[in-house]
Amino acid sequence: MNVMADPHADRKAWMSLLAKATAADLARLWGGVEAPDYTYLRAPEIGGVMVRGRAGAVGAAFNLGEMTVTRCSLKLACGTVGHAYVQGRNKDHAVQAALIDALMLTDRADDIRQAVLAPLEQALTAAKTQRAAKAAATKVDFFTMARGED
Amino acid sequence: MQAATLEGGFQDAPIAAAAAFRQIMNAMARPGMISTVAGATPPAPLSTAAGVVILTLCDPDTPLYLAPSRDTPEARGWITFHTGAPIAAAKDAMFALGAWDELPLDAFAIGTPEYPDRSVTCIVETNTLTAKGATLEGPGIKDQAQLSLPELQAFQRNATLFPLGLDFIFTCAERLAALPRTTKVS
Repeated sequence: MNVMADPHADRKAWMSLLAKATAADLARLWGGVEAPDYTYLRAPEIGGVMVRGRAGAVGAAFNLGEMTVTRCSLKLACGTVGHAYVQGRNKDHAVQAALIDALMLTDRADDIRQAVLAPLEQALTAAKTQRAAKAAATKVDFFTMARGED
Repeated sequence: MQAATLEGGFQDAPIAAAAAFRQIMNAMARPGMISTVAGATPPAPLSTAAGVVILTLCDPDTPLYLAPSRDTPEARGWITFHTGAPIAAAKDAMFALGAWDELPLDAFAIGTPEYPDRSVTCIVETNTLTAKGATLEGPGIKDQAQLSLPELQAFQRNATLFPLGLDFIFTCAERLAALPRTTKVS
């Protein structure tokens, strides 16, 4: 199968990271970045989305449940547009995520990646590994002993 | 996506939409009264008033019909970004936007006797909107009102359909006036 490379894969990756990061983590890291001037295209607003899933990633889609998201779109002074959809109801989180999305499209991308995205990714991976380790510790292997009946 | 299709929404959406809704409601309640609205700057072929009406009344549950002259990629993008309203064919629409000559009035839903509200509200873009011309009578008008209408027959026929029928909002730059199905035109 010939899969075409997704031209937006990079942007998808960082938007996904920003959406899943906790508001506190992002606010802490954003504190160290020089904030640019911006205007709202769509002021931060809270809404619900239906999360859908497929059992085992195949089969028919079913509605898993609703979750609260906050979205925001804004434009930097240089004209670059940034969008964000983040988990939860924290409007600052959405604004910061949209600003980072916009800055990642400008020539400050490398700084932002180092200052914000890399630490966020580390935190997310660490949390994931820790959770996996905790789950792995409770794993039980079942096996059947030979019952000796020939 | 072009920035032009992303800009021009309400700056403070809850307050601007509430103010605009009141203007539109009053216009509908007093047919022929011309009110001035502001707050939206839609892309080129759309007037400010039409933009305000769309931002205020349309959402993902209200399919919108765009007449050919208003059906530009910028207009579609702007409407989709700011309201989420799906662009639909004439027979599926709940709102319609266009100049008078190009609106297929016969194709629009006029409601059913059980649900007369399931009808189309037409946003008619006009070049002139003045309190001169056809005479209006009916609910919401003390004696008589006057409004510049593009023609008479269509509105007279529409009024005979009551309680079914279409409702009209006329827009011209920042001004709008309404003509509900209850108004008798002569």
